[in-house]
Amino acid sequence: MATLATILKELWGLFVDDGSLALALVVWIAACGVGLGHTPIPVDWDAPILFVGCLAILIFNVMQTIRRRKAMQVDR
Amino acid sequence: MSALLQAAPSVIAAFLGSLVEFVEALTIVLAVGTVRGWRPALTGAMAGALVLIAIVLLLGPLLSVIPLRPLQFAIGLLLLLFGMRWLRKAILRAAGIIPLHDEAAAFAAETAEMRAAKLSTGPIAILRLDPIAVVTTFKAVVIEGIEVAFIVIAVGAAGHTLLPASLGAAVAGLLVIGLGVLIHRPLARVPENALKFAVGVLISAFGCFWIGEGLGFPWPGEDLAVIAMVVCLLAASMAAAQIAGRRVPTVRAGE
Repeated sequence: MATLATILKELWGLFVDDGSLALALVVWIAACGVGLGHTPIPVDWDAPILFVGCLAILIFNVMQTIRRRKAMQVDR
Repeated sequence: MSALLQAAPSVIAAFLGSLVEFVEALTIVLAVGTVRGWRPALTGAMAGALVLIAIVLLLGPLLSVIPLRPLQFAIGLLLLLFGMRWLRKAILRAAGIIPLHDEAAAFAAETAEMRAAKLSTGPIAILRLDPIAVVTTFKAVVIEGIEVAFIVIAVGAAGHTLLPASLGAAVAGLLVIGLGVLIHRPLARVPENALKFAVGVLISAFGCFWIGEGLGFPWPGEDLAVIAMVVCLLAASMAAAQIAGRRVPTVRAGE
C-alpha cells in the first residue's frame, strides 16, 4: 500500500513540481477556453493568446523563484 | 525520403528525451544491483517493465475510443504541465539557481541508502528475493518508463509519427542498457540538463498545440505553429536563464 502511495505521489510529481505554476497554467487555459469566445478579439488570435499567456506564466514563475532565492540570501 | 525527413524530428526528440529517463533508471538499478544483488534488482526492473507494457497495451486502444477533441485537450494539458515543469527546472539549473542533476552523486546516495536499509522479511523475502531491492527498481522503471511514454506521445502523436518515435525511444533504451551492461557504472557524462532543456521546450510546444486544437482554436500556419512555439520558448527560456544567472550566484551540484 505504501509503495502504491509512493508511486502515485511520484506520478503527481511528474506534472506538478511548483504548485503555483501548475495552478496558474490551468487557470489560464480555463480562462482562454471559457472567455475568449465572448470577446471581440478575432478567432485567429485565440491560439497565439493561449501560447503567449503560458509562456508569460513560465517566465513570471522563474523570475519569482529568483526573487525568493535572492530574498533568502539577504535574510542570511 | 520525405517520410523519413518528416519523422526525423520525432525520432531524434524521442531518442534524446528517453535517453535522460533511461539513464536515471539505470543509475538506480545499478546502485541496487551492486549493493543488494543483481537477482532482486533485475526482478524488480523486469516486473516494472512488464507493468509498463501492460499499461500501454490496456490504455493504448482506449485512446482511439475517446472523442478526438477531449482527448487532444487532456493529453495537451498533461504534456504542457509535464513540459513546463521540466523547462522551469532546466532554466533554474542552467542559471545555477538549483544544482545540476549529478548521476554519480545519485548513484552514491542510492547505494548508501541501500546499504543502510536492513534486509526485511516478508512474502518476497521467503522467495529469497530482497523486497527493498525489488520495490526500488520496480518503482524506478515504472516512473521513468511513464515519462518515456509521455515523451513518445508528445513528439509522435501530433505528426502521426508514433511508431518512429517509439523506435527512437527503444534505441535509446537499448543503448543505455548496453552501456550499463558493459561499464557497470552510472552514465555520468550525459549532458542531462541540455537534453531536458531541449525536450522541455518540445513537449511544452506540443502540449500547447494540442490544447489549442482541443479547444477548437485555429493555429496560424497549422502544424508549422509548433516550430514557431519551439523557437519562442527556446529564446525566452535561454534569455530567462541568462538573466537569472546574472542575478543569483551559482549553486554547485550537491549543495
